[in-house]
Amino acid sequence: MTTSEGFIAPKFDQDAGRKLAIICSKGTLDMAYPGLIMGNGALQEGIELHLFYTFWGLDIIRRKTVDKLSLTPVGNTAMRIGSTSLAMPQTLGALPGMSSMASWMMRGKIKGLGVPPVHEFLTQVAEAGGHLWACKMSVDMMKLTKEDFIDEVEDIINVAEFLDLSRDGQIIFI
Amino acid sequence: MPTATIAGREVSLNDEGFMTDPGQWTEEIGATLARQIGIDPLTEEHWKVIRFLRSDFDAQGETATLRRVSTVAGLATKDLYTLFPGKPARKMAYVAGLPKPKGCV
Repeated sequence: MTTSEGFIAPKFDQDAGRKLAIICSKGTLDMAYPGLIMGNGALQEGIELHLFYTFWGLDIIRRKTVDKLSLTPVGNTAMRIGSTSLAMPQTLGALPGMSSMASWMMRGKIKGLGVPPVHEFLTQVAEAGGHLWACKMSVDMMKLTKEDFIDEVEDIINVAEFLDLSRDGQIIFI
Repeated sequence: MPTATIAGREVSLNDEGFMTDPGQWTEEIGATLARQIGIDPLTEEHWKVIRFLRSDFDAQGETATLRRVSTVAGLATKDLYTLFPGKPARKMAYVAGLPKPKGCV
């Protein structure tokens, strides 16, 4: 756009009215991040954001588990040794302490990139205007209540409510 | 590459309108760019962000992400969204005469 003073200025209103809803169904440390990174990025672009946590994804927003998310090398053929192409032997991954070690290493790498830990990231997303929701059916199944979730979670909602919130938006399933 | 006269100085812009030479920037240019995107006037809080971005760019060679502005300069994320509404990271880089940040957070 050419401004009144005669020079081009970026179009900062291109994403006005855009809406993104991300369904987070996995509760491991590695799978907590895609929704948070993409969601946070959307907020920075002025896009309305709804994060809907369901099934195992509830671990990401539970008070008792938010700081204890982990990942396991077992069954993950993409887990390499360092930056080589060598796959971590599955029997090695099953040894006691390997999940803790893998989780510890990943936390370190994430921190090294300047990316916040999960709880702090959720707070940041909420402060930036992002909405966090818990899935009613999963909450009932796991016999949880609103009190089990971190303060940033706005409410427990069902599918119909989620569909209302995400109307005309883009939906991503993780 | 387009050039334009902003606040009395000749500056180079890219196709989007971002300045391509941070060395051409002055505070007067910053204030004019801000006005163009509806941020007027620039308050002391805005300047705190802009000055941090400029000095951090000098030191690091790349534009600070929102997260970096918040953790290193100690400014609350919430406030950054209020000061530069809509697209905070891009808008603050634009006003500071810097490229868009490359980082994701």
